[in-house]
Amino acid sequence: MLQTDESRAGAWRELRRKVDAADPAERESLIADQARIIRRHIITTIDAARAGHIGGDLSITDVLATLYFGVLRLDPSEGDRLERDRFILSKGHCAAALYSTLARVGYFAEDELASFMAAGSALNGHPNRNKVPGIETNTGPLGHGLPVAVGEAIGLRLQGVDSRVFVATGDGELQEGSNWEALMSAGHYGLENLTVIVDRNRLQQGAGTEETNGLDPLPERLAAFGCEVREVDGHSVAELLAAFGPSTTGKPVAVVANTTKGKGVSFIEDRVEWHHKVPTAEQVALALEELA
Amino acid sequence: MTETFDNRKAFAETLIELAADDERVVAVCNDSVGSSNLGGFKEAYPDRLINVGIAEQNMVGVAAGLAATGLVPFVCSAGPFLTGRATEQIKADIAYSGHKVILCGMSPGMAYGELGPTHHSVEDLSWMRALPGLDVAVPADPRQTRQALEALVAEPRGTYLRIGRHKVPTVTDEDSTWERGRFNSVREGKDVTLIGLGTTVARTIEAADLLAADGVSARVLNAAWVSPLDRDAIVAAAEETRVIVVAEEANISGGLSAAVAQVVAELGIGTKVIPVGLTEFAPTGSNDWLLEHFGLTGGNIAEVAREAL
Repeated sequence: MLQTDESRAGAWRELRRKVDAADPAERESLIADQARIIRRHIITTIDAARAGHIGGDLSITDVLATLYFGVLRLDPSEGDRLERDRFILSKGHCAAALYSTLARVGYFAEDELASFMAAGSALNGHPNRNKVPGIETNTGPLGHGLPVAVGEAIGLRLQGVDSRVFVATGDGELQEGSNWEALMSAGHYGLENLTVIVDRNRLQQGAGTEETNGLDPLPERLAAFGCEVREVDGHSVAELLAAFGPSTTGKPVAVVANTTKGKGVSFIEDRVEWHHKVPTAEQVALALEELA
Repeated sequence: MTETFDNRKAFAETLIELAADDERVVAVCNDSVGSSNLGGFKEAYPDRLINVGIAEQNMVGVAAGLAATGLVPFVCSAGPFLTGRATEQIKADIAYSGHKVILCGMSPGMAYGELGPTHHSVEDLSWMRALPGLDVAVPADPRQTRQALEALVAEPRGTYLRIGRHKVPTVTDEDSTWERGRFNSVREGKDVTLIGLGTTVARTIEAADLLAADGVSARVLNAAWVSPLDRDAIVAAAEETRVIVVAEEANISGGLSAAVAQVVAELGIGTKVIPVGLTEFAPTGSNDWLLEHFGLTGGNIAEVAREAL
């Protein structure tokens, strides 16, 4: 199990306090800056491993930065505390984005990112809670995170704990039927402590989602399953912060975060071939320049 | 006629008792309140029964999430659908993630008789045994069922338990213990070892009686643990008796007999291991008829042992 980086965790706590105290414009700018740093870490992490899922990593980054720097009530030094908010990355192939975020929060040292997918590393290609602090459940096969999140939301409510559970799925991932089983339960149980975030970048591994097995009209479908649906720009920190507010209807919240796969690097954006392509040394330099 | 007892009743009663003493105990099911005998639990603890409807993948994931908040979930669902429909959830969400969920496969083996192979849970031992991080245990009578549940609440662990549907005779002594990874020794013997689990334990005892009448001394082991396996008991059987017959209400490809054979093969001492179990999808028939069809009777188990000696 990797160890907490106390110095990084301290810096994160200070930044959280600053974000909480800031006016909306400053808050947005502080979080967006963390997202930029996380994107840089994603690029260097994938470069070091010469592997990873760069497109989906970059599309979910603003969601991760907004959650960990502006929303979630948790602390890397109290990883087992029952009264913590929980986040599950169901699209586990985007582990590099999650690791870069968790390291930024201080769950482990940022130096460790260089070991991503190396032999014997804790940082497997898909997240493992038994080796990496801050991971709630092991994901990788698609359609697993949402049912577990539903169980956590029921479990917290049963124990009278008012913490919240957030889970992020890919949009292509919603083609797995287990998600819809879980959404039925979330609606049936009225899990207002659950927020489902869909990274709606409209691309999956081989083609567009709508060409492959269409999800539209996605907001209507989610609403029909009993969710309070909020459709936002998934790269707007301000819109995400608003969307991550508590349920107002007693229903689970579903946030459709409209995103661009590969966001932030011009030549990767919205291109299906960049699902898990690895940039060349020259492309890495270009990407880091764009994210400077 | 030997008196028989209901394992499911023992399961349900014990679960309610444990829930009374420990608020962490919850039940999770898939529209299986009736078939899992959870009516009493539902009445006593309506909020602690999470019925997700007919949705096994979600059921197992939800149980993992409940465990992640410190609860002790007992998933109660017909064995074939629990282990077949949700195999990947059992692998990723429980065995690999390490969430401490107790999966109770109800009515396993060919308990559903005439309903046919879709409703038989005879692959479960092979599938579940392949997963590191998951215990696999088969209580053979109500006493072992009670002991298994008590042990799991005291120390929760990712586990697959087979809970039989049909009444069974008592096959354990009053002072017998339930120890992780330990077979229960039913009878000493020096010529042949008969190993059964769940429903077949009583049938191996019957076979041992028949063999004794012929002057053959049969050791009988109740293999209540398929994973972790009792290597010591298997090694002793291989070294001290000439033949091992394994009788299981399950597919022999990958089940208990395969597990035993692997241990014995590693020894390289030539002890024969003979499986008695399923080799194909079952024809139409009652549970009793099917057990006879596949040779899972005292008479046939004794005959198999006799021929091998």
